[in-house]
Amino acid sequence: MKTRRDFIKISALGLGATAAIGGTAKWVFGDPVADFLGDTGDEPAPLKRFPTYCEVCFWKCAGWAHVNEKGSIQKITGNNDDPQCNGRLCPRGTGGVGMFTDPDRLKKPLMRVIKDGKQTYREASWEEALGFVASKMKDIKAKYGPESMALFFHGSSGNHFSHLMKAYGTPNLAAPSFAQCRGPRDVGFDMTFGESVSSPEVTDIRDTKCLVLIGSHIGENMHNGQVQEMSAAIDNGAVIITVDPRFSTAASKSKFWLPIKPSTDLALLLSWIHVLIYDELYNKEYVTQYCEGFAELKEHVKNFTPEWAYPITTIKPDLIRSAAREMANAAPSAIVHPGRHAAWYGDDVQRTRAIAILNALLGSWGNRGGIFFKEGIKLPEFPHPAYPTPAWSWHELNDGKYPLANEAVTNSVVESSIPADGKEAKIKGWFISGTNLIASIPMKEKLVKAMDSLELMVVVDTMPMEITGYADVVFPECTYLERYDDIRATAHREPTLALRMPAVEPQYDSKPAWWIAKQIGERLGLGDYFNYNDYSEVLDWQLKQVGSSLEEMKRIGVKKGTRKTSPYIEPGTVHAFNTESGKIQLYSHELADAGFDAMPVYTPHPGPDEGFYRLIYGRAPMHTFSRTANNPNLVALMPENSVWVNPQVAAIWGFKKNQYVWLKNQDGAVSRFPVKVRLTERIRWDSVYIVHGFGHHHKPLHLAYGRGVNDTELITNIMTDPIMGGTGMRGNFVTFITEDPGKEAEA
Amino acid sequence: MRYAMAIDTKKCVGCSDCVVACQTENNVPIGFCRDWVTETVDGTYPNVTIELRSERCNHCDNAPCVRCCPTGASHFEDGGIVLVTHEKCIGCGACIESCPYEARYSHPDGYVDKCTFCIHRVRKGEDPACVSVCPTHCMYFGDLDDPNSEIVNVLKNRKFKSLAPEAGTSPQIFYLV
Repeated sequence: MKTRRDFIKISALGLGATAAIGGTAKWVFGDPVADFLGDTGDEPAPLKRFPTYCEVCFWKCAGWAHVNEKGSIQKITGNNDDPQCNGRLCPRGTGGVGMFTDPDRLKKPLMRVIKDGKQTYREASWEEALGFVASKMKDIKAKYGPESMALFFHGSSGNHFSHLMKAYGTPNLAAPSFAQCRGPRDVGFDMTFGESVSSPEVTDIRDTKCLVLIGSHIGENMHNGQVQEMSAAIDNGAVIITVDPRFSTAASKSKFWLPIKPSTDLALLLSWIHVLIYDELYNKEYVTQYCEGFAELKEHVKNFTPEWAYPITTIKPDLIRSAAREMANAAPSAIVHPGRHAAWYGDDVQRTRAIAILNALLGSWGNRGGIFFKEGIKLPEFPHPAYPTPAWSWHELNDGKYPLANEAVTNSVVESSIPADGKEAKIKGWFISGTNLIASIPMKEKLVKAMDSLELMVVVDTMPMEITGYADVVFPECTYLERYDDIRATAHREPTLALRMPAVEPQYDSKPAWWIAKQIGERLGLGDYFNYNDYSEVLDWQLKQVGSSLEEMKRIGVKKGTRKTSPYIEPGTVHAFNTESGKIQLYSHELADAGFDAMPVYTPHPGPDEGFYRLIYGRAPMHTFSRTANNPNLVALMPENSVWVNPQVAAIWGFKKNQYVWLKNQDGAVSRFPVKVRLTERIRWDSVYIVHGFGHHHKPLHLAYGRGVNDTELITNIMTDPIMGGTGMRGNFVTFITEDPGKEAEA
Repeated sequence: MRYAMAIDTKKCVGCSDCVVACQTENNVPIGFCRDWVTETVDGTYPNVTIELRSERCNHCDNAPCVRCCPTGASHFEDGGIVLVTHEKCIGCGACIESCPYEARYSHPDGYVDKCTFCIHRVRKGEDPACVSVCPTHCMYFGDLDDPNSEIVNVLKNRKFKSLAPEAGTSPQIFYLV
């Protein structure tokens, strides 16, 4: 079907040819830069190092980019002074070199044009592409108001475009990391403790005596500081309890593994609350001092015994009780981990509420080995005129739904971009930075419809991700190793500042996000908001306000501050939580007032039909979603995903080891590519597991193309959380197809 | 002096950071590796165990690769580190065949390559790249002849095993179990 916005494969432009990148291409394809490891062990030629913090995931570990004599990045190592990594990057951070050397990177600005009646891209100068975007944005502002532009963002570049959008006049800035990922958790904890657990999470795993993981697979999700701290906790003899239908790596390190029936976690959590209360194992002093609604909670969980939970969860009552006792023995040095990706079944705020309540009953928040109070260094904002006040905001896009969303809901932005009932759509233009929406938001049909209705769609990325094929203009951004970004000033156990500076010049015709934002801003007449020639001026000014300087940070990379407050509740003092009453809300008036359950209630979710298996997805330690799927160093470690199948299930299907199959879901969606079957005892017989981020169908991603399956294509049943709009994605079931359904040819 | 490595299988999460760090430290061409990670799953759901191991050259005391090398390219360095002199190596592959750990590979440039224990770092008093990067701190590198070294301490206090002891090569990588 012909649409206004056809998907364009960037490869059609002759950009696919493998271009040499400085001195590195040689190295990438096999020849060492210098053979310094013969028999002598001689010191290789000296490397110059530049401070950076990693952008391969959101943990943002600080490190050093080491540049060799050929001006190419040889290796990246951690900064010893950074408490988020302690001098040790994870495989993705170490392999961040591949983000820079990847020959498939976007190289020139591209503009959509019609040639011989067919939509295609042509290369454009920055001047032309920037001018086009600015004039379109002016049109949209004049015709519909600035609020009708929306930004989708992920990562550091998002800050620069958020600033641009706010200066332009729109508050509609949406991160898929809210509705598709951490949002339910953040709202659940906010409803209970008055604040979320932040990123990096404020969990005191290093000093804990008991760590409970609810489907959280630390070690497979390589959230560096947490992985390091879990390892330290193992050394210190901490008890780990893992709840997961899959025998995760963390489960293999656990004293208790509860192989739960998927979708029943909330029943288990309620039975734990029951045991803690009715066996009088909860932290009485803490609950009396800090919690509100205990009597209501006690009454609420009266019948949620382990015996009640057993047939639901398939976890034996004895095991439920023993695990609860372990937590209580360790309390308050116990953590029921809040998790991160929490958009599972549509009742996710309530599930994370139950997790938050458990932490409250154990007295974790404010105690060593539980959850600590964070502290950071506040950097003043670089002076700019006040942002204009928008006429309306993203709340209105929710159409009266999701009353407790505290960030813009991506799905609502998508839906609001589709004209309906003869009315104009509220959103007319998208600016997308660092997120491949096609793989991150599981509503492809609506996405495509929305994109087809837009008057302007701009994508900024380093790689030709699928989403670039839908844009009017594609801006090639340089990688994090070639640019300045904001100072990392995350609040955590220790206050720190970290600098990212260019280690090498931007390759090709790529540019840093701050520069792109400034150029568009100036063309929109918003130059006052970008009152600098180079972003280093902003950083130097900010650093000088807090007693440092760019010069100092270039030398040290990371600066630690001294805490002014205690990370824990000090004996003899009373802490006020950030809720209205200062107390932890076991019973949530806020939820009740909005028409939701004030305390979590378990609702059964449908299971698979015969011959179908619940689709569970997760992470592998060497990849970050689809962001790393084409990174040469990381593809070498894990080139494709596989579908984990229990051998008993495989026997029914007659699968052989490493056989390839296609997956089909309950709605008939079929995977575009085949996937290797991994026979393993690590997965339940009612579920299959795949690692997210594979199955790319954009040919310019030469390494990623056609490798494995994309779980997002198979997630067509979305259970939306009515509280905040989270898109629950775990209610999908797949079966196997052993003959080629011919999907790839269609693609 | 006797260099050795102890690796804690109770802490390793199999992330393969050791593999990438080795690659970028030593210019190992993509598609080849000097170290790698294995996962062994035992049992039947839900009674399952996993052992994760970061593996590499065992720098054996009784190294068959050194014995069988026709040119003397494979040899012992200080501290028992087994190295290959690239210039002397004719790429015959006898060492590859003789190694019970499959620790060696043919480099595209025509010589045989493998783990050096990052001798260029060790001589400066640093840990090998794999050890220095490991997010779980599951690897210990040091001198078995130094009674105060961390590695001697962990081997004294923990149960450990080595791989294919029956091959009689006296391997120097120990797995804490």
